[in-house]
Amino acid sequence: MNEQDISNAVKTFILNEYLPGEDPAALTDTTALMTTGILDSIAVLKVVTFLENEFGITIQPHEAVVDNLNTISDIARLVMAKKA
Amino acid sequence: MSTGVLHQLLDRSAARFSNRPAVEESQGGSIGYGDLARLSDRLRDRLRQMDVQPGDRVGLCMRKSADAIASLFGIMKTGAAYVPVDSTAPPSRNAFIFHNCAVKVLIVEARLENGLREQFSQLGYTPQLIVIDGVGAGRPLSRALEQLDTIEPASAAITVVPEPSHLAYILYTSGSTGQPKGVMLSHSNALAFVDWCSDVFQPNEHDRFSSHAPFHFDLSILDIYVSLKHGATLVLVEEHLGKDPARLASWLAEKKLTIWYSAPSILSLLAQFGKLDQHDYSSLRLVLFAGEVFPIKYFKLLKSLWTHPKYFNLYGPTETNVCTFYDVPAVIPESQTEPLPIGKVCPYCQPLVVDELGNEVARGGEGELCIAGASVLQGYWNLPERTAKAFLLGRKTRWYRTGDIVVELPSGDYKFLGRRDRMIKKRGYRIELGEIEAALYRHPAIKEAAVLAFPDDDGVPVKAFTSTRDGSRLSTIELKKFCSENLPLYMVPDFFSSLESLPKTSTDKIDYQKLKSMK
Repeated sequence: MNEQDISNAVKTFILNEYLPGEDPAALTDTTALMTTGILDSIAVLKVVTFLENEFGITIQPHEAVVDNLNTISDIARLVMAKKA
Repeated sequence: MSTGVLHQLLDRSAARFSNRPAVEESQGGSIGYGDLARLSDRLRDRLRQMDVQPGDRVGLCMRKSADAIASLFGIMKTGAAYVPVDSTAPPSRNAFIFHNCAVKVLIVEARLENGLREQFSQLGYTPQLIVIDGVGAGRPLSRALEQLDTIEPASAAITVVPEPSHLAYILYTSGSTGQPKGVMLSHSNALAFVDWCSDVFQPNEHDRFSSHAPFHFDLSILDIYVSLKHGATLVLVEEHLGKDPARLASWLAEKKLTIWYSAPSILSLLAQFGKLDQHDYSSLRLVLFAGEVFPIKYFKLLKSLWTHPKYFNLYGPTETNVCTFYDVPAVIPESQTEPLPIGKVCPYCQPLVVDELGNEVARGGEGELCIAGASVLQGYWNLPERTAKAFLLGRKTRWYRTGDIVVELPSGDYKFLGRRDRMIKKRGYRIELGEIEAALYRHPAIKEAAVLAFPDDDGVPVKAFTSTRDGSRLSTIELKKFCSENLPLYMVPDFFSSLESLPKTSTDKIDYQKLKSMK
């Protein structure tokens, strides 16, 4: 699984759960998620749970922060680093 | 001993417990009682030098910190009222608040200064600023005061002891017309509640209180003043930590907190995501919650993980602070699926349950809860009509209409049934759906907007229905961004639905009942 596959899986999850009806093209790898209200704090917890289950990784509490999770590309990078 | 006014609580404790820790910050900073009292005196002197008079307002725009605590005491020591805002909210909203109640001086973190100045200049408003270069253990505030002293020293002033009925603080809450409104509360309003907490919770100087709620939120009144009154330690929970159950769970155990007070939502999250069975919470003796309904399944889960503390469900809008309380029994029957009652009325309040016409209903009947007594607000800042409407008409007693529909149970406890208007409680925040609609209407493409809440067991998702002038569909991402620039993040709707036009009633009003079925 490469970074692009991870991005796609995360994107599908966010579109289905938090942006139903949104044009998939409007959500890019660099759209800010946490700082714009697209994901609130509880949504972030659910994204983390999704990442842990989907990719078999463990995200430590101190890693679930805006620097690692604000965009799909940040998230994919975090998952890749964890899987490495 | 009569309590007098709020800021005397700090000075009395400083005299008894000078070297004990008054405030600890989650980032590691701390300040003792003596230093906290002295820092607030220095701010008092500076504010007097800037001509702050009893009856004035002074604003506060900074993160929760020892600096902020020293500031609110310094402000009250001049006889002025403090006006705290959410430092993460859009500058336009905060500038509106400071302008609305005409703060004479604003104490602000440097990183927030420019955003506010821009807004002030658009309003043609020029409050004096005390700018601090961050927050932490009172040091940035102390530095700012030193710097001002080098320009023009502030001479020692005396602490003003106003009448207890004078304003102590103004808390702005969501307003249905689209602008926040300022709830005016006096020293005696707060102290009625604080003194009752002393009786019921029996705090002492060895207690360690959480401070989870932000200072613009009325839960902070218990945290700050009950803890400092008794020489206890107030342990501040920084905002990000406060929303992160996994980190918070271990932090809370490490800090050996004895009294926790927050909205139920973070307690629900701690129970679900905090792995509470892996930590030692033996210090925790009291868990208090208020601000919204605690879903019973998460309350039971929490209670199964934290078995030893005593739990209290506290209830009351900002306008009355806590006015009813429920001492949760040690055992909750397995069969209980209803939320906890809001309990009995606190001794400083009197209840009245009325029907839609304002007539008292027979005991045990459903109706709107009205509250009179020592903790009831003075009014809304500069909104005499709104203030008049907040109380029952044509009565000698000032009965504040809570807007909450309740029923008195045979046990004498009140049970909350719902709202009579469009206000909701989400994660402890009070939200007027009308304020979100007003923000959406500011979007140039939006023709119609209606916002509804769809509460369920897991929370209170908010959904906005919109239509546009040219019939095009608006991107949810764009709408969320737009809302986040115009509203605090907790008010940004969770979901959006774009319709060609909104359904209408026969009188051509937006049909909310129809929209309710369009979840």
